[in-house]
Amino acid sequence: MSVPVLETHHIVRDYHVGRTLFAGGQVIHAVKDATLKVEKGKTLAIVGESGSGKSTLARILTLIDPPTSGELLIEGERVDIIKTGVSKQMRRKVQMVFQNPYGSLNPRQKIGDVLAEPLVINTDMPASERQDRAQQMLKKVGLAPEHFNRYPHMFSGGQRQRIAIARALMLNPSLLVLDEPVSALDLSVQAQILNLLADLQDEFQLTYVFISHDLSVVRYIADDVMVMYLGEVVEQGSREAVFADPQHSYTKTLFAATPRADVASIKARLARRAAEIA
Amino acid sequence: MTQTTEIAPISASRTSRFAGLVEFWHYFSQSRGAVIGLVVFVLLVLIAAFAPLLTTHSPIEQYKDAFLLPPAWSPGGRPEFLLGTDPVGRDMLSRLMHGARFSLLIGAVVVTLSLVGGITLGLLAGYFRGWVDVVIMRVMDLILAFPSLLLALVLVTILGPGLVNAMLAIALVLQPHFARLVRAAVMAEKNREYVTSAKLAGAGHFRLMLLTILPNCLAPLIVQGTLSFSNAILEAAALGFLGLGAQPPTPEWGTMLANAREFILRAPWVVTFPGLCILVTVLAINLIGDGLRDALDPKLKRS
Repeated sequence: MSVPVLETHHIVRDYHVGRTLFAGGQVIHAVKDATLKVEKGKTLAIVGESGSGKSTLARILTLIDPPTSGELLIEGERVDIIKTGVSKQMRRKVQMVFQNPYGSLNPRQKIGDVLAEPLVINTDMPASERQDRAQQMLKKVGLAPEHFNRYPHMFSGGQRQRIAIARALMLNPSLLVLDEPVSALDLSVQAQILNLLADLQDEFQLTYVFISHDLSVVRYIADDVMVMYLGEVVEQGSREAVFADPQHSYTKTLFAATPRADVASIKARLARRAAEIA
Repeated sequence: MTQTTEIAPISASRTSRFAGLVEFWHYFSQSRGAVIGLVVFVLLVLIAAFAPLLTTHSPIEQYKDAFLLPPAWSPGGRPEFLLGTDPVGRDMLSRLMHGARFSLLIGAVVVTLSLVGGITLGLLAGYFRGWVDVVIMRVMDLILAFPSLLLALVLVTILGPGLVNAMLAIALVLQPHFARLVRAAVMAEKNREYVTSAKLAGAGHFRLMLLTILPNCLAPLIVQGTLSFSNAILEAAALGFLGLGAQPPTPEWGTMLANAREFILRAPWVVTFPGLCILVTVLAINLIGDGLRDALDPKLKRS
């Protein structure tokens, strides 16, 4: 097996809160001991409720925040933000798509500029080539060339998420961290975006870390699943293994809490309610 | 709600830079006061620009036979001095027209200076936080702690009276308002996701500050800019009135007021007209500022 795109060993992230001049405050462990590994072209889904530390972990994986302790390796190379900083090459390898498509695009930047910005910063490509690249990417994510000169507020949520994905792919990253990319979208658009992500993964051999609380989405897109609860990794394994036979009690609760919408379960529920009334 | 649905297709169909302008004008023209203010302001600018062509007299020429003449329509007035003359026989109308130049110049210079200073300091404070923030904001608090006119007076006394020094002093006094405003806006924008994603794209501090964050902080700044414009004119007039601003025979409105105050009962027009000019100008600019605030308020817009 080749070198995994992403590997972490015992990542910990603590936050100090309420520290004043007189009191020491307390330490909150946002992420406790996360160890994970993602191979090229695979998708790891991180599942958990709000406050379980999944977004904190995402910020560490995307090199935005440093971990308190632990090791982070990207394509086998060790990254230490505090000691050595992040090199431009390293930055290009990891990109992120955010949850809220309304907040992740600069409202005063045209779409063309949004897409070209990473190239302006990281390469000395001539403007015409940048424009060509941006146009191609726009087409790849299913938008039309005439969208090039528009501002973000002229797009719907699903279209904006497509733009955000296009921007993340402009630098040919090897790892894409998706922080709940479809939870702000409605159901049919969710499906479109998920299909787009799957197509792009095939085309570019992308590696995804997919953060979500929606189990049906996870079941669709993930190869491996990691369940987090209060900052702790409680379950980790392949999708089939985790969905077929959840080990930890929290995972079981999580599965039980997913609303079931198949005909059999609806009939059973109606029958139960009728029995209660009678 | 009906308005937003009605203009959405217009702005979506136009892809040029004009779309934003058209949309802006739509919101701006909702307020009648703002449009009136804009018309008056444009007229003032035109009068100031073409003052030498519009006036028949020099603003500093003294007519020895015409001290304190009343306006042309009242008894004793002369038609060549339409708004009368001042205590040393200078034509009021041409002095007022030339005075518009100084007032607008004062407003523009002061606002530019304090904008540049305020944006720089506010950006640095809001972006870096920490001790940079503490140092900058405490100095700003220090300036804000003094009554603005008093501080301007002290500064002009130190620098020496004159129009340039008065403008510098007023700019320094108004600048903390801009710094605070920018700092607050930067702190709010800095944690938005688009800033994080620009950071992920590899943008450095300067790019983030000037190209990513600053354009999104401009709306409140434009409003504060117009309001400061009128403030600057008022303060310059006040300094002129106290003899510390423009020096005679410069036809500055505040100085004209000051020179004429002992004749307020005998010849009220020498005081009334400069005062009216200041009032109208300040009112027009404040109306524009109100309209701008409404037009640029993100809460009134979709997206």
